[in-house]
Amino acid sequence: MIVSLADLKQGQKGKIVSLITNNIPLKLLEMGCLPGNDVTLLHTAPFQCPMYLDVNGSHLAIRREVAREIEVEIQ
Amino acid sequence: MAKDINVSLIGNPNTGKTSVFNLLTGLNQQVGNYPGITVERKSGVCKLPRGVKAHIIDLPGTYSLNASSLDENVVIEVLLNKKDKDYPDVAVVVSDVENLKRNLLLFTQIKDLGIPTILAINMADQMDRKGITLDIPELEKRLDTKIVLMSARKKKGIDDLKQAIASYKKVPVGSCVDVFKIDPPYFEKLQKAFPKQSLYKLWLVITQDVNFANINRNTIPDTSEFHTKKKSELKRLQQKETIKRFQFINDTLKATQTIDLAQAKGFRAQLDKILIHKVWGYVIFFAILLFIFQAIYDWSGYPADLIDSAFAWLGEKVKAIMPSGALTDMLSEGIIPGIAGVAIFIPQIAFLFLFISILEESGYMSRVVFLMDRVMRRFGLSGKSIVPLISGTACAIPAVMATRNIEDWKQRLITILVVPFTTCSARLPVYLIIISLIIPDERVAWIFGYQSLTLMALYLIGFIAALGSSWLLSKYLKMPSSNLFVVEMPNYKVPLWKNVAINVYEKTKDFVTEAGKIILAISVVLWMLASYGPGKQFNNATEIVTEANPGVVGDILENKIESHKLEHSYIGYAGKFIEPAVAPLGYDWKIGVALISSFAAREVFVGTLATIFSVGNEAETTIKNRLLTEVNPKTGKYLFNFATGISLLLFYAFAMQCMSTIAIVKRETNGWKWPIIQTIFMSGLAYVSALIAYQVLI
Ligand SMILES: Nc1nc2c(ncn2[C@@H]2O[C@H](COP(=O)(O)OP(=O)(O)OP(=O)(O)O)[C@@H](O)[C@H]2O)c(=O)[nH]1
Ligand SMILES: [Mg+2]
Repeated sequence: MIVSLADLKQGQKGKIVSLITNNIPLKLLEMGCLPGNDVTLLHTAPFQCPMYLDVNGSHLAIRREVAREIEVEIQ
Repeated sequence: MAKDINVSLIGNPNTGKTSVFNLLTGLNQQVGNYPGITVERKSGVCKLPRGVKAHIIDLPGTYSLNASSLDENVVIEVLLNKKDKDYPDVAVVVSDVENLKRNLLLFTQIKDLGIPTILAINMADQMDRKGITLDIPELEKRLDTKIVLMSARKKKGIDDLKQAIASYKKVPVGSCVDVFKIDPPYFEKLQKAFPKQSLYKLWLVITQDVNFANINRNTIPDTSEFHTKKKSELKRLQQKETIKRFQFINDTLKATQTIDLAQAKGFRAQLDKILIHKVWGYVIFFAILLFIFQAIYDWSGYPADLIDSAFAWLGEKVKAIMPSGALTDMLSEGIIPGIAGVAIFIPQIAFLFLFISILEESGYMSRVVFLMDRVMRRFGLSGKSIVPLISGTACAIPAVMATRNIEDWKQRLITILVVPFTTCSARLPVYLIIISLIIPDERVAWIFGYQSLTLMALYLIGFIAALGSSWLLSKYLKMPSSNLFVVEMPNYKVPLWKNVAINVYEKTKDFVTEAGKIILAISVVLWMLASYGPGKQFNNATEIVTEANPGVVGDILENKIESHKLEHSYIGYAGKFIEPAVAPLGYDWKIGVALISSFAAREVFVGTLATIFSVGNEAETTIKNRLLTEVNPKTGKYLFNFATGISLLLFYAFAMQCMSTIAIVKRETNGWKWPIIQTIFMSGLAYVSALIAYQVLI
């Protein structure tokens, strides 16, 4: 099933399928947020934002608005 | 023949560049476990084998050469401009063994620029714990470079690194990834126009401002005619390039790196569970802040008293030993009390720097950024603004610099404008002395004293003023703003105590010498102005006072003469001149003088008070006692009563009284507009709130 990264639940894991190019900061790609990589939602701050992710071993936090632009596949 | 060489240390944020730099050069500077600690170039010299002298520069961390914030741009400026005095003969890419994949992106980019690039894989001490093994010879072959496996923490591999730098000529140059393939027709044209330039470099120059607006375009080579592609198109190509690079890196690491996940221990996960918990995370954060303020109070009381009485003793000794005269008076009534006024606060300031650097070194600061982002956005700031706001409690100057890693210009500008509201260490001396005068030294509920609660309240007021004004600014500033916010969450680390110690020492020393210089100058000037005066009233003070007070003799007469003199000295007249403006706030002319002199720097206040009140007051030796016994001749009450005290506290909480901050804001915002607006706004707010407070409380 393909959902937006913003819809993952805490602890859930998925594989990045695609990024909606124009709204994604390049920096995110450079930190490993690329199609094909695994991503786990580790924590969220209150009100679900920002989101603390483990992308392929890199730990980073992004805002919900940006997470909406990333599509992931979950089993 | 031995020759001087330039070496640049480059790498992702928080990989240990500054630690390696410290090891190589011995010239120590700040290190911290918060991505973006180094925001400017720092340089130092290292002696290499065979008499080669290397100029090492430590650069801010960056994830790639496509800069998206000001600190990252510093790196590109150095690497793109061959004429730059720091243009490297050899680049050392410092990378973190745990994040090799991400770190190698930057490596491939720098290598593609045609600069000899050594790969230093740092934090090797973590490999066992994380179950990582590396096939170094194979990795060297695939990346076509020299690799040094090292640990700055355990001081391993430094000699290998020095050796590798010294023989940099043997490092192969040649690119890893061919950018040509991402859009062959376009790059073919480009290559034809600039046959001598590296293709990747041209591409970087063209795309330099795609992600980052505030750039001074680097004009060599001039590629303006190639700006034919739309920004969105360039951005897509950049993404394509990044994906291509990661493909190369993935293939490389698949063949050379193994990670045994079973061995990796989940220390991070455990701590994160508590420290960024939706409730406990905030409770802990505020508990830490409360602890810090209480500790500053409790731990520094004893050494501070010691310093105070030491200076009092020194003043007396000088008076007793040296022949009486103008010089002795200047020393004992001008310079010594002036310096003492600041020296007392060394313990507090040192503790403050100590706590801040522990927060940074341990990796906790990024968690605070995470916790606070949502809240800060309400006020038009970014979660990253919390770091400047916290380090602003030490000093606004590094805090303004620390805003450089906020990607969004509007959020960054607002942060710069409101940071000086946070209670910096220069306000601490003023607060502490006034609090000790007007707030009783008693405790509520065992641990928390009224005095430290007042101090905490003042810190809160500073934060509220900062947040309130940023909310206003975000409403009224018309500027585009974005959701760009990516923050790395580093591993937790036990601080390297040497880093912490160096940091505390250097910051405290800076503060004391900088403040000391100003205070020394001002206290000499003040003493002169207070010890001389124009006209008869000053010169014939003895006769005038004796005549006016028949029957009064001894000490009381002496005091009356001295205060008459002070009133008619130069400074007396100056203070009288501004008295009408400050009287509604509850201040007499003496405080007025202290207020004026502290527009250069706040901490001058205490020194000034000490100097002014010590002229002609022999009875009391410590500063505090002198102030406590001072009576306002107009009202007949103690000068430092509750209303005056609160009014003063509020004035200092809000007023912009720091030349250095104004200067740095001018630099970081490129002009006088913002610092002027900021100064007027802050000082206006200070005056109005001090006025209201005094009139209500009196
Ligand atoms: N375990 C381990 N930690 C290290 C090593 N070297 C540095 N550190 C820690 O890594 C953190 C970051 O070190 P810095 O030297 O400030 O890193 P930097 O690359 O200069 O960081 P920025 O200037 O922010 O880009 C600190 O907490 C250091 O104590 C190492 O070899 N092993
Ligand atoms: Mg650094």
